[in-house]
This record gives sequence, C-alpha cells and structure tokens, in this order.
Amino acid sequence: MSQTTNNGVVGLDDTLTESLLRFGRYFHRGEQSTDGRTVHQIGGRSADVFYRDRWAYDKVVRSTHGVNCTGSCSWKIYVKDGIITWEAQQTDYPSIGPDKPEYEPRGCPRGASFSWYTYSPTRVRYPYVRGALLELYRQAKQRLKDPVLAWADVVEDPEKAGRYKSARGKGGFVRAEWWEACEIVAAAHVHTIKRYGPDRIAGFSPIPAMSMVSHAVGARFISLIGGCMLSFYDWYADLPVASPQVFGDQTDVPESADWFDASYLMLWGSNVPVTRTPDAHYMTEARYRGQKVVVVSPDYGDHTKFADEWLPARPGTDAALAMAMGHVILTEFFVEKTAPRFVDYVKQYTDLPFLVTLTPAPPAYTPGKFLTAADLGEQGESAQSKTVLWDPAAGATGAPVAPNGSLGHRFAPEGEGHWNLDLAGVDPALSLLGQPDTEYVEVRLPRFDTAQPGVLRRGVPARRVAGRLVTTVFDLLLAQYGVRRADLPGSWPSGYHDAEQPCTPAWQEPITGVSAAAAAKIAREFADNAERSNGRSMILMGAGTNHWFHSDQTYRSFLTLVMLTGCQGVNGGGWAHYVGQEKCRPITGWSTLAFAADWQRPARQMQGTVYWYLATDQWRYDPFTAAAFASPLADGTLAGRTAADAIALASRLGWMPSQPAFNRNPLDLADEARRLGKDAAQHVVDGLRTGHLRFACEDPDAPENFPRCLTVWRANLLGSSAKGNEYFLRHLLGADSNLRAADNHGVRPKEVTWRDEAPVGKLDLLLSLDFRMTSTTLFSDVVLPAATWYEKHDLSSTDMHPYVHAFSPAISPPWETRTDFEAFHRIARGFSWLAEKHLGARQDIVAVPLMHDTADECAQPGGRVRDWRAGECEPIPGKTMPRLVLVERDYPAIGEKMAALGPLVERVGLTTKGVTVHPDAEVDYLRATNGAVVSGRCAGRPSLAKDTHAAEAILALSGTTNGRLATEGFRTLERRTGTELADLAAESEGKRISFADTQARPVPVITSPEWSGSETGGRRYAPFTINTERLKPWHTLTGRQHFYLDHDWMAELGEQLPIFRPPLDMTGLFNEPAIGATDGLGNSVPAVTVRYITPHSKWSIHSAYQDNLYMLTLSRGGQAIWISDVDAAKIGVADNDWIEAINRNGIVVARAIVSHRMPEGTVFMYHAQDRAVGVPRIEFDEKPGRPGSAAGKRGGMHNALTRLMIKPTHLIGGYAQQSFALNYHGPTGNQRDEVTTIRRRSQEVRY
Amino acid sequence: MKLMAQLAMVMNLDKCIGCHTCSVTCKQAWTNRGGMEYAWFNNVETRPGQGYPRQYQDQDRWKGGWTLNKRGRLTLRSGSRFKRLLNIFANPDLPTVDDYYQPWTYDYENLLSAPAMDTIPTARPKSLITGEDTAVTWGANWDDDLGGGPAQIGRDPLLARVSRQVKLEFQQTFMFYLPRICEHCLNPSCAASCPSGAIYKRSEDGIVLVDQDRCRGWRQCVTGCPYKKIYFNHRTGKAEKCTFCYPRVEVGIPTVCSETCVGRLRYLGVLLYDADAVLAAASTPHEHDLYPAQLGVFLNPHDPRVVAEAERAGVPGDWIEAAAVSPVYRLIVDYQVALPLHPEYRTMPMVWYVPPLSPMVDALTQTGHDGEAAGNLFGAIESMRIPVEYLAELFTAGDVAPVRAALRRLAAMRTHMRAVNLGEPTQPAVAASVGLSTREIEAMYRLLAIAKYEERYVIPSAAVSQAHRLDALATGCSLNGDGGPGMTAFDAVAEKFHLTDTNGAGPNGKNGRINLLNWDGRNIDGLFPARAGTNEGGGRAE
Repeated sequence: MSQTTNNGVVGLDDTLTESLLRFGRYFHRGEQSTDGRTVHQIGGRSADVFYRDRWAYDKVVRSTHGVNCTGSCSWKIYVKDGIITWEAQQTDYPSIGPDKPEYEPRGCPRGASFSWYTYSPTRVRYPYVRGALLELYRQAKQRLKDPVLAWADVVEDPEKAGRYKSARGKGGFVRAEWWEACEIVAAAHVHTIKRYGPDRIAGFSPIPAMSMVSHAVGARFISLIGGCMLSFYDWYADLPVASPQVFGDQTDVPESADWFDASYLMLWGSNVPVTRTPDAHYMTEARYRGQKVVVVSPDYGDHTKFADEWLPARPGTDAALAMAMGHVILTEFFVEKTAPRFVDYVKQYTDLPFLVTLTPAPPAYTPGKFLTAADLGEQGESAQSKTVLWDPAAGATGAPVAPNGSLGHRFAPEGEGHWNLDLAGVDPALSLLGQPDTEYVEVRLPRFDTAQPGVLRRGVPARRVAGRLVTTVFDLLLAQYGVRRADLPGSWPSGYHDAEQPCTPAWQEPITGVSAAAAAKIAREFADNAERSNGRSMILMGAGTNHWFHSDQTYRSFLTLVMLTGCQGVNGGGWAHYVGQEKCRPITGWSTLAFAADWQRPARQMQGTVYWYLATDQWRYDPFTAAAFASPLADGTLAGRTAADAIALASRLGWMPSQPAFNRNPLDLADEARRLGKDAAQHVVDGLRTGHLRFACEDPDAPENFPRCLTVWRANLLGSSAKGNEYFLRHLLGADSNLRAADNHGVRPKEVTWRDEAPVGKLDLLLSLDFRMTSTTLFSDVVLPAATWYEKHDLSSTDMHPYVHAFSPAISPPWETRTDFEAFHRIARGFSWLAEKHLGARQDIVAVPLMHDTADECAQPGGRVRDWRAGECEPIPGKTMPRLVLVERDYPAIGEKMAALGPLVERVGLTTKGVTVHPDAEVDYLRATNGAVVSGRCAGRPSLAKDTHAAEAILALSGTTNGRLATEGFRTLERRTGTELADLAAESEGKRISFADTQARPVPVITSPEWSGSETGGRRYAPFTINTERLKPWHTLTGRQHFYLDHDWMAELGEQLPIFRPPLDMTGLFNEPAIGATDGLGNSVPAVTVRYITPHSKWSIHSAYQDNLYMLTLSRGGQAIWISDVDAAKIGVADNDWIEAINRNGIVVARAIVSHRMPEGTVFMYHAQDRAVGVPRIEFDEKPGRPGSAAGKRGGMHNALTRLMIKPTHLIGGYAQQSFALNYHGPTGNQRDEVTTIRRRSQEVRY
Repeated sequence: MKLMAQLAMVMNLDKCIGCHTCSVTCKQAWTNRGGMEYAWFNNVETRPGQGYPRQYQDQDRWKGGWTLNKRGRLTLRSGSRFKRLLNIFANPDLPTVDDYYQPWTYDYENLLSAPAMDTIPTARPKSLITGEDTAVTWGANWDDDLGGGPAQIGRDPLLARVSRQVKLEFQQTFMFYLPRICEHCLNPSCAASCPSGAIYKRSEDGIVLVDQDRCRGWRQCVTGCPYKKIYFNHRTGKAEKCTFCYPRVEVGIPTVCSETCVGRLRYLGVLLYDADAVLAAASTPHEHDLYPAQLGVFLNPHDPRVVAEAERAGVPGDWIEAAAVSPVYRLIVDYQVALPLHPEYRTMPMVWYVPPLSPMVDALTQTGHDGEAAGNLFGAIESMRIPVEYLAELFTAGDVAPVRAALRRLAAMRTHMRAVNLGEPTQPAVAASVGLSTREIEAMYRLLAIAKYEERYVIPSAAVSQAHRLDALATGCSLNGDGGPGMTAFDAVAEKFHLTDTNGAGPNGKNGRINLLNWDGRNIDGLFPARAGTNEGGGRAE
C-alpha cells in the first residue's frame, strides 16, 4: 500500500464531503463525532427492541445430552412461549480449587445445536410400522383374533416373512397407534420366548452413564424376561483390552482436570479438541504451567496445533515407537543408570519382580507360567493363584516368597487381611542377574515386524527354584526390549543406531517414519520429567491407537512407559484413555435396576462382538484360521481353528457368554429336567456330553439358533457401530446389500456347522426407539417416537468430570413422543397381559460364564486350556464350563416388577467389583421418598413407577452418591485387605445425593470402593491412587500391574510381553490390492488403494448431530472422505469431487475433501456419517447387466467398508484378570486395519 | 480530550481449539431465522484459508475499511463518502451469495414419508434460497482444518503478502483458528459508509449497532466493513450485525460467544479511550505504526487524572472500577500479548487477539533443540510452524516485531511456570528477558491459565440502570406498538425461532421478495416489505 504523509492534518475525505455529511445528518438523534467520522448514540433505541425481545425467555431448565459422549455437560435450555428456543452451557460447576481452571463452561458445537432436532422434520413424531408387516399382521389378527398367534402366523410363514424383511430399509412406513405398535412388539416377544426361548431376544443400548434411567428401564425389561443385553464398549472397539490385561480393571482414567496436574503430556491417538472438546482447555492451560505437549498423529490434526513437538507416526505403527521409547527408558533409567524412584515403584506395584518358569525348547527356552506357591509345595486350591518373587535377603542365598496381595489371597477364607501390597519388609530382586546360583540361558522370543514372523534369541539370568528354571518378568522384559546387560548370550542390538534388531530407536524409524533421534529424545524427556515430578508424565490415548486389531499390544507398549516411570496411580501421571470410556459413577444403583438384580440373578448378558459376528454371518467370510495371527513359537493349538471355532471353545469352557445358549429353548430344557426329576444343570451337562444338546454358537445358521427380536434404543446400530454393515443388511435383516465378498473362500470351521446356504433375514423384529430418523429406524419394523433429552428426567455422569447432574424436561414430550421410560413400561404391561395366556410362570436355565471379580477367576489356574469335550477334563459347571443357573420367570408379573424395587436388594445385598453392601436403610428411604406400591404382586415395595423414582433409587443405592454405602463398602474391603480405607469416605458418610440436588447443580461424587481413585479432600480423580497409596491390590493374578500374561493363548499369539504387531496385511488375508496400488479396479479405471481410517468426527458424536443442519452447514454437508493432495492428484480428484470407495465389504459414495494435512496413502472417512443425509446412488458397476450389481443402489455408510475380525486372545476367560464381565473383557469390533480403493466417479449423481 | 468507555474483547488464539461452539450458540440465539440463513455474526476460520466470506481480506477487491488519500486524510477505501452517495444504487463491491455460500437444507421429511421404493430413502440437499434441489459446493466453514488443500488454501489473500515462501505440504503443515465477530471499532467504516446514518456506536459501551428503523437497506455498510461482519437480511431488507449481545452485557452477563467458549479464551472488559484522538491515530501514515497508535488512544485506568476525567465525562463509577481491573486492558496494554486484527484497515478494532504458539518444525527436534528450554526459547519461536510473518499480516500490518514479542512473553511464561510446577528454582532472568517481573508473569499466568469466570469477564452493570432509564425516554412512540406503522418488519413473537422456515426444505412465499444472496444489485422491487394497507414496495427512492 502506498502511503503519503498527512502533513499533520487529519480529517476525512475532503471538506465538501464533510459538510454534506453533516447536513445529511442534522436531524439525527445521536451525537456525531466532531470529525464526522462516526455517530455515537446512547443505547436502548426502540428500533433495536427486536434483539431484546429475541433474547427474552420464559424459563431456563437444566438438562444435558444423552448422546454417546463422555462430555456429560450441563446445559441451560431456554424456553419461550412453550417452545425450546436454544441452549447454552451452565457455568455453575462447583469449584475445583483456587489454583486450577474450573470445569465451566462444558459443551461443544454439537450439543449447542441439539435443540434443532426438537422441531426438525427428521423428528419421529408418531409410532411407525413397516407397511408390509402391518398389513400382514392386521390380516392375521383379524383372522386369528390373537396378537401372539397373528405374529406367529406372519413370521413362521417364509413367504410372508420374506415379504416384509426384504422391504426393510426401502421406505413404506405406515403411521400406527401406540397401542397397536406396542401390541405387535409384545406379541413378538411372547411368541419368541414361547417358541425359541428368551435368549433369542436381545437389547442394544450403550453407555448407561449418559442417561442412566433411560438405559436401565429398557435393560430391566429385557433382563426380566430373560433376554440378553449386549455389550457395547468392546463391540465399539473402545474397550482397551490391555486395561483388564494389565490393570484387571475395565478402564479407569483421570478426570480431565488432572491433565492440568501433568507436567509432560503426550497426546497419542486422541484428538482432544475434537473428541474431548469441553475438556481440551485443561491441556491448553496446562501448557502455561510449563507442561510440555507432544502429539503423535499421522495427520496434522486439531490437536497438533498445540503440540510442542509432532511425531507423525504412520497409522497403526504406534507400538513400534512406544517399544523404542521403552528401550530407551529401560536402557537409561534401569540399566546404565538406575532411577531409585522407578525401581521402588516397579518392585511394589508391578509384576516385574515375579518369577516366571522357563519351558525348555532346546537349545533354548520359552517363557512359561508364573511360579506359584503350589510349585513351592503349598497345599490348597488358592496356592495355585499365589505368585512368587525372589527375596535375596532371605537365608544365606535368598529364597522364593509368595507375598500378600495376589489372587490367592483375594477370595479364599484364609486370605482375609492379606490381600494387600505390603511386602512386609521384603526387598524383592528385580533381576536375577548377580544373584547366587544363576545361570545364563537363551529364551526364544517372537518378532512380527518382518515379512514373516521371526524368532529372536536373547539371554536371561535364571536359576532353579523348586526344581524349575525361573527368571523374573523384568529379565524377560529387558530381553524383549533388546536391552543388553553384561555378557548375556543371544543376539542384541549394538546400540540405538542398530536398525536390524527390535526395539531400538533406529529400528522403529523405517516402520513409523519418526526419526530415531526424536523417538529417543521424547522417551528420555518423558522419563526425566517423571523422575523430576514424581510421576507426573501422562499419555492421553484414544481411538487412533485403540481401534486396531492389535491395539491391546499397542496399549501395553504405552502402559509400559507409564509403569516403568512410576506414573500410574499418581495425580497428573499415567494413562488417560479417552475413547468410549464411560463412567456410570453411581454404578451399583444403575446396574441393580438395569439388570433387575433386585428381583432375580443372574441376568443374561452377551458379548456384543461375538454376537454380531455370528448373527451377521461374518464368520463365513474368513479365508484364514486363527493360526494366521499365531506366534512362530506357538504350540499349534489354534491351528486349523477358525475364529468361530475359537468362539465355540470359549463358550463351552465358560470363558465368554454364549447367547442364544443352546439349540433348544432353555424354558423347555428346564421343563424337561423337572419332568425327568433331574437337576437342571446336570440335565444340560448330560445333554452336552452326549451330543443331544449343542451350543447354539456351534451352528449359528440353524433357524432355531437365530436371534429373533432386537430392540435398539439410545443407539443407532446400523448407522454407526455396525462394523460389516453390509453383512448386517444381508444376513441379519434380509435387506438389500452392497456386499461384494462371497463366502465361498471362507475356511470351513472344524467344529462349527457350515451350511451351504447362508441364511438371510434371521431377525423377525427390529424395534427402535428414537427421536430422529437414522439408518436403524430406516431398517426397523417398528419405530417408536422417543422424547428428546430436553423432554425427560434422567441422570448423567462421566469420568471426565467428578459430578452427577440431571436431565430435566424443558417441555413435555411433544406430538405422540414418549420417554423411553414410558415406552418400556407400556410394552412391559402389554407383554404381561399377553403372557397370562401364552407363557405363565416358567423356569429358565441361564448359562453364565466364569466372572471377573468373583472366585470364578481361580477356576482355571495357570491359564491352561483344558477342553472337556476333548476329554482333557470333566465338564463341571462353574469350573471347566459355564455355570448353569435356574431362574424363575413369572412372565405375567413383569409389568409390575418393572415398577417396583425388588427384595433382593436388602435380602442378598448388592455387589460391585467383589464388594458387597447391604442397603437396608436405603430401601426404607426409597419407600418413604418414592412411596410404596399399594397393591398387587409387589405391594409394599418401593415404587419405581416414575422416572424420578428410578433416579432416586440409582443415587441411593450407590456408594459414589451415598456416603453411607461408600463407607460400608470400604469397611468390607478393609477386612480383606487389612489396610485402612474407610477414612476415604468418612468425610461424606452422612452425605446422600438426591435427584433434586442434581437438578439444582452438578454435585461432586463421593470416594467409593466402586472405583480405584480418590476424590477425598477435594483432590482430582486419578485412577489407582487407592492402590498406590493404600496398598490395595489391583484385580489381577499377582495383585500388581502386569507386564507379563501367561495364559496358554497369549503364548500362542506370542503376546506374553508387550510387542509390536503391525497393522493386518489385508492383501495377504483377503487379497485386497496393496496400499499404493493403482490397478485395484483393473487397469482401465484410475484408482488408488489406501488405508481406510474412520476417526471420530468434529461435526458429530457418532451419528448424532451429523444430520443436524448446523453441523452440516459448518462441515461439507454430507458424507466426505479426506484424502491427501498427493493421492487425489493420482486419480484426478479435485476438492469436493464425488468419489467412490470400494472394497470387498461394500461401496461408499462420498465427496472428497482434499487436504495437505493428510499423509499420502491414508484416507479418513469420519465415523458415522449416516446414509440418511444426501447419499447418492452407486455408479460403480462391476457386473454390467447382471443381477447382483450394486449400481443404482444407495451408497453405503462408513462401515460399508469395514468388517469384524476376532482376535482369539480376547476370548480368553476363567483366569484371573482375563475373565469375563460385561463390557470388560471380550473381542473388540476393531476396524482400522482396513484398506479401500478410491476412484473418481461421474459428477452427475442420482438420489 | 473526550474520554469514553468501551466494552472490548480479547481472544487468546493460543487456546482456541477451533470447535465452533461460539458460532453455533451465537447462531442459535440470534440468526436462525429467515433472511439470515447465511449469516454468522460469529464465525471461526481456519488459517491459512480463505475465510468467510471468501477472501474477505482482499481489500483491493472488496474495498473495505479506510485508507489515506493523497492529502493524508482518512477516506473510505471504497471511495469518498460523497462518491458512495452518488453510487448508492450500483454498489459494485458487494460479495455475492457465492462468496458467503448458498444456504441449504435437506428433504428430511422423505425419510419418514418415502413410499415403498427400490432402495434406501435419503434426504437430498435443497437450496434454502430457491427450495430446489441443489449441490453443496461451498459452505460457511468450507476450508475447516485445511480442507480444500493447496488449491483452496492457496487463495488465502494473506499468503500472497507473506514474503517468506510458505509451502502447503504435509511436512510443513500449519494451521490455527481465528474466531471473528464484529470488531466494534473505534473508527467504524460501516457507520461512515451508511447513507442513512443508521449505524451508530453506543455512547455508554461502544457497541456498534444498526438502527433497524433507520436502515434503508443500501448495503453500503456491507462494503464498508473490511471484516465483512455486516449482513443483509434478505427478508427484512435491513442490515444486521453482531450486537455484542447488548441485552446480556447490559445486565452484566457475557456475550453468548464468550460465555459458551469452551476453550475459555475470551475476555471481556472495559477500555477507556480518548475519542478525540481516534481520528489522528487512524490517520497514522505508516501502517506499522497503527498498532502503537491505537495503544496510544487507550487511557490508563490507574492514572488518577484519567479517573477524574472519566468522572467528569459521566462514566459511571463501576465502569471506572471495572476499567481498573479490566482483563482486556491487562492483556492489551500491561502485557502487550494481545494485538488488533488488521490495524491497516484503520478502523481501530476493539476485538484483539493473543497470537498462537505452534509446534516446532521437525528439523529443530532432530537437531536436539527444545522448544521449552529457556536457552532455546527465542530461537524456537523463529522455527515455529506458523510463520511469524503470517501472524504479522493479521495483527500488525506485517510488522513482525510485536508478534514476536507477544509470543516470547507466552514462551517465557511457560518456561518460568515449568520451574514453579516442578518445584525447581526459577530464573528471574526469564521474565526479565521479556520485560516483565516475576510477579507480572505469574499474574499473567493466572489470567491466561486459571482464568476464572470472574476474571475473564469483568462487565460493569451500571449500564443496566442507565439503559433502562434511557429506554423509558426513548420508547414513548405509540406508533411503535405491535402492528403499528412504526413497527419494523421484525416481529419477534411471530418468529417463533424454530418454527420459521429455516427448518423447512423450501422457503415458501418468498417469491417476489428480493434476496441479497442472488441479487444483481440493480432491481430493487421487493427490497423492503410492503407496508400494511399499501402496495408500496418501499424500495424506490423517495
């Protein structure tokens, strides 16, 4: 810009203009500036009354969003003229202290746009039924005069059933009345129970924490009738399986304010500004406190902006980087130098000093089982669960010691007072190096970083104990990480620069793309900071590193870093896993209601991934066996076994739940046993032994084993989490599908029955409750209109902040919408009415797996696989196979039981994580608060007839919200640990949080044995602080955090210790084109094959909000795939071009977003952009003119390109921390190892 | 001297996570209604990027703001105001709808009502302007997170001005977010552009507003505002803009965008300034001097002479007190970490920004340099991913020195606080090297990091009583009642917010109404709504 001086004269334009302007404004009310430049007026002009009116409102109501998000943000909902106008964040969170940033405000753009849904045209206002079904049902009912018979008439007739099933997803909804829709649903459930069994009924509703009452009411109905609630956390692949493996805990993480306590923070696979929007400020603010922030991310994401350093590791290679960092930390802080704090920490709080036997594999050894007290000659069953370490000070040359705190002390009567981490003066040897009588032996260790898995031989110091050659976990860990000491034999890296040997910094460089120098530097800094800050180095991790097939290994490699540096169980330190981790803080009250544990136990539960894998027939499409993932050192026990075979084994050994359970109706089995005068369990065992009875999972395609009724609420299964979406559509629903793979390449299982004709349309009823139209509602048979989160009472909590707060209705549910609470009660009443005639009271045999946090954990000691069917042991329920429990089902009473708190609460007590409390005073309190049921079967019991009653019950029955129960729980636990704990809750013993409290303001929770950290005295929550500070053991085999896992199958996969396993080779496994290939669709179609990743979106919480007009306006307005400018150039794609992404699983039509922030070779399709908004029809026609072509069908959503694959080790059960609990341990629905081929399509699209 | 007080805002871009919550809450509260579909009083831009509307910073094209004429007098860049008056019907410098974006919605209804068909129903996009099928080709936030790649991002007008070559490649990627509202300038070129004198600056708090009665829809303000923060409501035919949430701040509540900012990066407070000094400051010859010139306009609230003058000028007591503890004053004047947005526009903007730190380039890491080590602090800032030159184009008319100084203060604060955090000895030299004392740097830390609600927002409420008193004086006209001839086209009750056609697939009944978004700039039939009882279009020159 050229500039002249103004010669000291200032003014405007020229004098003529100035005078004209003055003239033109002489009548103006305002005061013109003397220079005529601007006009000042005193405010409050009547002309601006519009904005004042606009701002005016009638009331503000506190509520929140019950979306599958850990935000749990409290919001102000503004109401004017009876209409919800907008929302804004509450700012009244109780303070967390004068020297910390507060939680206010919490929210994000997604939540801020929620009110749009209330009156939007995508709102479901009335009940709908698929037209083809309604017509058939009405005809049948008219003829048969009975809803149940009418339903049977439709679904049992293949022609009629096929007619409505094939119409699924293709429009044609008909509005119905509530009574009729509920009648159809009730009839379907009654018929299914009668004909096939209650275990053919399932409910899917995730994340109870995000609206506990709404979740619990549906789960309660499903549980009372004997249906199975499906797990979701593992199914979503959000469960970090490493957490149960290492910590013996589902997931427990710091609240976000604890990030502020960290002085070194690595964001590794978690894009905090996007996925933890309301919490991200703690990271930005902690930087001002001198926290260093390191981001590891393949793309330049929103979080990278905040990093002091960015390590752009290639997708899925993170474990290689972490292993190299572990190598540096072990070298520099344990071997070349020792950091006393680190050494003390790992000796007391980890399994590193424990002894592991070495199995001869001449001329070397392989790592075997933990040495136990039984090996030392101790008698009794618990001896096999007491692990052993080496006390060098004992006697003249040292001796083995089985310290307190291991699993053997947890449940056995004699363990009372000894389940603690007090080493009683013993200073265990971390290594046997330098101990008397040691020898150097070579152990064989697998490596998976090479084209074919290889074997390393590295030496460890070992000695004989009780006749067995043993070494320590620490010695094995150094061997695994390639950290050489003294003159140990074997092949070792020559230094950090050695690129040939795992796990040096130079070794990881070609794998990850991160420079060796950077890897070493960050590792050194991380540990140095931990040493200087007493453990305040933190790794924040999430979906980016947790949604892979081998994520458990990736996470173990991360956890190694925080455990070695003594950061776990410290405020400001340790792991911070943030994907899908939800924390229903009042867990005991919620689970009591949800699983109807007040009326009957146990509830039927099912592992989600296994359920869908079998139900959707994805198991038929695996062209490989489980051996594909095996270690080169494996015994071969998985050889020839497909994943379905592994599931069958895990089911019959009691590892995993298996629902539907048997190929018979469990009600009929119970009747039969009674007729025969036999014990029901024995009857089942006999049937299984003789082969008269089979597990349903052994023949998933037999019609008697199909799942029949599925209810989805608070969820969008088909538009969001359904990995292998097209398999769902074809096999489960019988709808049109774009599935391109055929099952004729599938490996035939050994034990599971293969039927040549794969079934389509297994499911008879898909019921959804929702307030908006999603893929799930589009494919449903019955859609019930749900109240939104601004139209009901409920409770919310999260692990991101320490408060419990309320949903409250800003308006009543409009049109014919109803709360989930109302809807399920209505269904239950209808069900009970039909059950009077068709079901009556029955007995049900429930097969229950060996459960975590119970004595079942000791059932299969040593993690040795013993198959009763192979004659390796006897079939003993609860020991070598599932427990078999008889449960009474009074079907006509279901509706009444729903609405009353049952007597088992005070009679048996409530147990969470092995700690039982007896809420007798609370039952009286609830009777007084909620009122007692006046008449009927439940007369005198506390009422649960209203949603507010349920909320009061949840709060009253949980330690986190009722100080009396927290204290009682701690006292119970004290008897087992022998350490002081009850003082943690003493300050709150008289505090009981009521629902009204949570409506008034978010209320801080109480320290409780339900969780592992402490909020006592107003401190920030960090997991496992009770373990480190009060010597309470972790819920693991050793009672310590585990580096080493000795189950047979862990050895089969070569994963006893943390190890790098690269992303799955989709070319080798499925014959997909290689990444970078340009001929994936034949030579004539310009195309490029890329890694296909589905991160969490900036513009939605899963599929919620992605259809919201505000979010669509701020984003690209529909399905989009992010692609690097380099890849886009290869196929001639410009920004916003229409492209098609194609692989064997399906086809996606989307817009391209071209960006240089993306690395070459990888595309992102942000998760859960549903097909309901703006998805065109497919153009790609691979079979022109032939039937079965996808051309002309609607494009798929992000999961059209994914599918399930089962990692066998996730099926392990019945052994210490590797035991089942719902959402706690089980195969993940991982999806990140996938690839796709992208092409530019015609820019003319058809809808 | 003419002492005046203004409510001003500082946004700390170093904390902005780019979440757009501010945009949504603002839109929900103020502009989710017919005629304003495309308008975002608050928007967030990814930089580098083209911004919203596209390339609005290219004043060679849009002619926003002020410039100095040959005689050194301040003149509107779009031409002298006299010239503007002459060109009132043919304004060539207006953005078209495509420069904002064509607002759209979807045929959501189809999801429920689709008859039995051959495939899955979907809600296809529909234009909110025409109601017809449309294709989404540009949006309010199209280049979010660098979407669009070099082809789009490269059109950022600022990139062209950065002397150092900026590579838009993966390894060199940088970005940050820039939330923007109206600047509520001391020298508002929108107000100067208005032929009707409808735009005014409120005396009591400096908020710039459009008098909805007086506005005649000339849209000269749209051109005049270099930030393109005035929007033409194509339903009412009036200009609308960010109101600084005056109904809220009048009663001591922060603006919607501030209170809902989950990055906690917005600060609101009072600044005292000398209104008589504004013109001279805005006329500062050299652009680099505009930032210091504006600093010179602000008055020190701790100076007893200023306090006395404020009292004489009738500034209410709690405003004077608020000015003394204003977080905005501290960030702008005391610590000088906040900078104005485009001072070269000479509008004297009153929403200021703390520039963002950013990761070091990899080269630095590989040489073992460390961004947090005190010794390498300043060297590291030179190696930030975001070129300092780019930030200087935004905040200091290209002068890198003030940007560098602000970033150094942030970095020094981190270095100092790290020692405190780890319980290690602090080095007073660190604070001193950026011209602050240890106490000052720790106070700055409190303000930026702890940032309690009460410290972020210091909003005196004296304006309340004042506003109410004045309201009572100014609302006496009985003709202004509901349905009366004095009523503007706004009918707040009838709006019913969500029940407006913003949620419908097609805007029915808009035919014949003029629409800024596709207006050719000539035909003015239907520009203003007809008055009751007449068939007068209202748009013709009277």
